[in-house]
Amino acid sequence: MNLEEYKGVFVFAQQVDNQISGISYELLGKAKELAEPLNTDVTAVLIGSGVKDLADSLAEYGADRVIVVDDPELKEYRTEPYAHALASVINEFKPDIMLVGATAIGRDLGPTVSARVATGLTADCTVLNIGDFPLQAIPGQEDKQKHNQLLMTRPAFGGNTIATIACPNNRPQMATVRPGVMQKIDPIKGAKANVVEFNPGFTPNNRYVTIKEVVKAVSDTVDIMDAKILVSGGRGVGSPENFKILEDLAKAIGGTVSCSRAVVDSGWKPKDLQVGQTGKTVRPNVYFAIGISGAIQHVAGMEESDIIIAINKDEDAPIFDVADFGIVGDLNKIVPELTEKIKAELANK
Amino acid sequence: MKVIVCIKQVPDTKGGVKFNPDGTLDRAAMLAIMNPDDKAGLEAALRLKDKYNAEVTVLTMGLPKATDVLREALAMGADKAVLITDRVLGGADTWATSSTIAAGIRNLEYDLIITGRQAIDGDTAQVGPQIAEHLGIPVISYAQDIKIEGDKVVVQRQYDDRYHILEAKMPCLITALSELNDPRYMTPGGIFDAVKAEITTWGRADLKDLDDANIGLAGSPTKIAKASDKVRKGAGEKIVPDSPEEGVDYIVGKLKDKHVI
Repeated sequence: MNLEEYKGVFVFAQQVDNQISGISYELLGKAKELAEPLNTDVTAVLIGSGVKDLADSLAEYGADRVIVVDDPELKEYRTEPYAHALASVINEFKPDIMLVGATAIGRDLGPTVSARVATGLTADCTVLNIGDFPLQAIPGQEDKQKHNQLLMTRPAFGGNTIATIACPNNRPQMATVRPGVMQKIDPIKGAKANVVEFNPGFTPNNRYVTIKEVVKAVSDTVDIMDAKILVSGGRGVGSPENFKILEDLAKAIGGTVSCSRAVVDSGWKPKDLQVGQTGKTVRPNVYFAIGISGAIQHVAGMEESDIIIAINKDEDAPIFDVADFGIVGDLNKIVPELTEKIKAELANK
Repeated sequence: MKVIVCIKQVPDTKGGVKFNPDGTLDRAAMLAIMNPDDKAGLEAALRLKDKYNAEVTVLTMGLPKATDVLREALAMGADKAVLITDRVLGGADTWATSSTIAAGIRNLEYDLIITGRQAIDGDTAQVGPQIAEHLGIPVISYAQDIKIEGDKVVVQRQYDDRYHILEAKMPCLITALSELNDPRYMTPGGIFDAVKAEITTWGRADLKDLDDANIGLAGSPTKIAKASDKVRKGAGEKIVPDSPEEGVDYIVGKLKDKHVI
């Protein structure tokens, strides 16, 4: 593997039902940052059927070039034709860096492709930057230190430790990133994509599975990852019925209700409202943690929120270690009264 | 039908994380358990045994003490157990781990391989799909339901906003979610038998068709540059109000200061 041949920062531009997923724009924002010190450009890889029209929106969010792999076999996501598409793009265009969203698609596609092109993959990164490996040169072996490497930082052991990982001897350097972690750029309205069409040919083999049915979840709730204010409840709320007081607060302040894993495990709320390591990563302007003890797995999913307000009766609850404002007290008394007070404040405006 | 279930022994990060005085993770003090997603995969396999008389083999790669989870699996009802262990395999990343496990699987007959979606220590979700890639068989990740129809598996595959019902011809590999089922308990008879059961143990020499360049720390493309305890942002203010009203006024004051309301 001649590492010098590999150039450019590539992003897998995930689309579902021919709509670009938000993670794709977030990755482009990060890719642009990474491309600068490397003095290179950003390429989005758009895979699907009838997706060419989506290329301009990728340009608006920072793609200098869009490689489009368009084939009827790629209509719905399936591991095999998608892995063949992305691995073929990598072999043909030789990216230095390949970023993939850590979604239910990307966490299947990423490992399959990395194994196929024989490179490393670092999962669920929270920080990506360009630097040296090793971080400090070994005395006497300064010439062996590699520069301009992708340094990938991720939590491990349920968020208890963080590790920074490099992939110094293989290319591309591959990473998956969870949605909600990176920031998209302000779109450049009217940007036109520089499109390169590429089709490696798709011949079904034993690895193609058949989709017998697609069942879409019907949900009229706001995605908690898009909410500016989250009113999040934990086991301390006590019962599914008692979530009513959180819903009232959310309604009064213009927020959305979310919850901890314990609440989902108890069957009080559906999984798509779960914040944390095994749920969603959120960074709202205001995060109310109500009756949430603050297990490290939960904190990993919300600690980037701008303002964290915790209400808990246990003075020693670990949630107070990350909260900007903590109130020790009975949520059943405080929350309804808070709702009324906020309503009154807003009515006086 | 022959089913292989890949399992991993992991520190229990959920049930109380322990730290050494210097702040590093005290693995010795933490309970070592069978990874939850893997246990759901094992339960799925045992249900195939109940229904179709499938033969279930559990396989793990790890230190010799990983036999604990293999014996637990046998006590739950697995038929055979294989441990892959060798010093030269240590420090493997997901590429080297999946290369090694795939080589071990090539020593066995199988129609179906089940792994957990991800292990709670690394949370990568990579080893299952990568094993399938090395073996050249289809992978279906994130399974929430598994059925057998003749020589095919029909799997409910979870996505973020939907699920697909997928059909694949065996052999294939499925990664299981812990939501898949509630794993059964070990039986007293099972525990009795498992204690005495023979566990097949393979070292590097028993793994054919495996390049030394793809194993252990040296064969891992990813390298750790730095590892440290998570540095969290410091705690802010905390008040213990004398009355709910005082607490409410405090919150409303802060929301006003920050121009939220």
